[in-house]
Parts: sequence; C-alpha cells; structure tokens
Amino acid sequence: MTRPMSGPTVELESDKCVASGQCVVAAMQVFDQDDDGIAILLDERPAPALLDDVREAVAVCPAAAIRLVER
Amino acid sequence: MADTLTGPVPEVPDAIPEFPMPRAARCPLDPPPALRDLQERAPLTKVRLRDGSEPWLVTRYADQRALLGDPRVSADTDSPGYPSKAGPEGGEGKLSFIMMDDPEHARLRRMVTAPFAVKRVEALRPAVQRIVDDLIDGLLAGPAPVDLVEEFALPVPSLVICELLGVPYDDHAFFQDNTRTMVHRDATPEQRGRAAREVAGYLSALIGRRIADPREDLLSGIAARVTAGEIDHGQATEMALLLLIAGHETTANMIALGTLALLRHPDQLALLRESDDPGLVTSAVEELLRYLHITHLGRRRAVTEDIEIGGRLLRAGEGVIMVNEVANRDPEVFPDPDRLDLTRDARRHVAFGFGVHQCLGQPLARMELQVVYGTLYRRIPTLSLACSPDDVRFKHDAFIYGVHSLPVAW
Repeated sequence: MTRPMSGPTVELESDKCVASGQCVVAAMQVFDQDDDGIAILLDERPAPALLDDVREAVAVCPAAAIRLVER
Repeated sequence: MADTLTGPVPEVPDAIPEFPMPRAARCPLDPPPALRDLQERAPLTKVRLRDGSEPWLVTRYADQRALLGDPRVSADTDSPGYPSKAGPEGGEGKLSFIMMDDPEHARLRRMVTAPFAVKRVEALRPAVQRIVDDLIDGLLAGPAPVDLVEEFALPVPSLVICELLGVPYDDHAFFQDNTRTMVHRDATPEQRGRAAREVAGYLSALIGRRIADPREDLLSGIAARVTAGEIDHGQATEMALLLLIAGHETTANMIALGTLALLRHPDQLALLRESDDPGLVTSAVEELLRYLHITHLGRRRAVTEDIEIGGRLLRAGEGVIMVNEVANRDPEVFPDPDRLDLTRDARRHVAFGFGVHQCLGQPLARMELQVVYGTLYRRIPTLSLACSPDDVRFKHDAFIYGVHSLPVAW
C-alpha cells in the first residue's frame, strides 16, 4: 500500500484508552492492542481508502481517545 | 375552546413522570411509549423514582454519549444524588470497579483488560463454537419442546466464563448449578444468596490455587496482582465475581430475546440463516444489540460539578439516568429506528454504554453472540415458538430485562 505524503493524521491518546478494542474492530490496519489491550497506532497517516474505517473508529471509541486531524 | 371564554388555563405544571415506565402490552421489544414521547418532547427532564428521588432522565443519543463521556459525572453509588436502582429485587450490591471512579476505577479495570483484547477473544472462538455445538447436540438428542433459556441461553455464557476464568472441567457442573440458581426465576433470595456465596467461595479458593501454581488463564492474571501486592485476595475474588455476573445473565438474555425477535421477524431470520455473507452475522449482532435492550433501568450517574447540556443545567448532587434502549431508537442516528434490519450499519449503538465504564466484556459478548446467532438457526432451521406469543413472560421487574422462559420446538 502506498502511503500518502500528506492528508489526514490519526492521533491516539493512549492514556485515555479503556481497552475496548473497538478501534481494532473498525480499522484493523490502523490500530492494534498491546498485551493489556491498550490501543496502539500502527499507521498515523493511513491511505485514503482506510479513512472511513478510521472515522468509524473515532466514532465508536468510548473514551474519545482517537482523533482524525484533517489538514 | 373554554379558555378563550374564561381566560387562560391556570398553569398546572406537568406532573413529573415516574420511572421506570411501562411498556406497551403488545410491544415488549420496544421502548416504553412514554420514553419515546419524552425523547421527542422533553429530551432532558426530571423523573420520579420509587424512592421518591427526582433525577434527570436523558433520552437522546447525543446527550447520553456526551454525559457518559463526561468526567463530571460519577458512577459511585455513594455519590450524593446517585439514582438508586432499588426496587422489588432489593438494592444493588457495590461490585468492584464498575461502581468506582477514576483513578481507582482505571487502576483496577486495567488489571483485567488483557483477556478481552480483540485477538485474545478471537482465539477463544473455537472453544465457544464447541460449547455452542455441544449444547445444540444435546437439544437435538432430547425431547422437544424445551425451555431455550434453561437449556441453552444460560449454559452458553456460564460455560464460556468457565473457559475464560480457567475453571477446571471437573468443576463445571458445580459452577453451572450454582450460577443457574443465582439467576433462577424460581429461586428464593436466600437460595440466590447461598449460591452466590458458594461461587464466591469457590472462586476465592481457585484464586488461591492459582497464586500457588499460576497458569495461562484470567484467574492466574488476577492472582498475580495479589502476589504483587496490588490488590488483596478479597478484591481479587470480587473482581472475578464481577466478570461472572456481568457476563452471564446479560448474554443469556440477549440470546433468548434475539431468538424471540428473529422468530417475530421471519424474513430477517431467513436472511440470517441463508446468507452466504459472513459479514451478515456480524452486522446482525450489532443490529440486535441496537434493537433489543437488556439494561432497561439505564446507566446511572451522579453529577459532581454543574453541567450545562441541551439548554438545561444539571447541578452537582443531582442524579442522571441514561436509558440506552431509547438512544438506540433515536431517529436522528438510526433512520426508521423501529425496524429490525440486520443489514443496517448499527455499530454506533450504545447497548454497552459509553465512556470509561463501557462494558469491558463487549468483545467477548459480541463474539459469543456471533457464534450463537450464526449457528443455532442454521443447525435447527425449523426452530419455532412452542407457546402462544402472548404467553411469553417478560422480566419487567428484574435488573436485567429478558424473558423468564422461552419454550421452543423444531
């Protein structure tokens, strides 16, 4: 997959994360979980085709720990 | 009109509605009509509870999510203004971290998040599939009709919790018997209490064994925290009991109610049974979580600092109740909300709550329901209700909504 040089950036505040794993379900190519279930950002500038999944992850995160910064 | 002749009608304040509200007799799977009415007319309004207190009732999806995600509300049942759930079943116990606030809530919750990570839950899927298949084998080998609640819906999550916690196989029957009594409709409060103490004693002893001889299971993880001095043995037992209670009757009721809802919507049941699309089972689970409701008493919080929301001022020391079933039927978010449509994208429902207290076990609950809904109706395609729909009794007065029994045949 080619990585865009510019475009929206994903921000994850892992200290807010409550380990619901919903971001992983919504966008498995962009998020994963560590051994305690806390979210990990795999790709801070995902390909355009993944952005709808990321927006879903933002919407379903119960802790409001994810943002998609459109620039 | 009389008032045009005699002057304006004297201002009589609307009576404060009582909560909980009754469901329409013919629509036990829909939210009470009065809740829908408030959502449209007065989305943030005071209600009166059985104990006479008057918390706010929040009915719109956006307001519920905002408040459940707000650090100025407390989940501690001892906070001033916390709306009591006490009713015919008595008060609610204070169980581990779900009734605490951060930072202590976060500290304790993080001790048990690991087993609910998506990949860890996925690794349990074959075991859950085996549990479900074995129970269906048992149903098919026996006489019909049977009570689906007793013979399938309750055993599935009980056995899954055994698997998750690491309860040895030889103890499954003991665990099953006592967890069944804990939630059984005909059990007296004394019998329920005794069964709960039996299970707590059993879990406490098993944690003791895992402290001495750790394995790769959830109880060993909790036991390691005791060894490290982060929690004491009593807190560890309470945590294990919380995971059991939170995952047992809830999942069981979703299995029974989901089956009932599908039997009432044969087109949707046929779609689920016959579709080749593996994504359909996933979306069916989300839609049934949206459409149905088991936590009918709502998520409850106490306001700890004044909050302005929806043109209202919620004051510190007041209570708030967020009833997820009506948020999940909010037409602003879910078009044509009363239609059960397994193909819709329902992922944003709040059946598991929202905010830092959102159900910890939801990845496991989703996977269990995917296995159940994806298997039961395919293996028993002629499954049908073995009583008149009017004879199904609903748990209107219970903490967790559901059906007392569901007689089925095939």
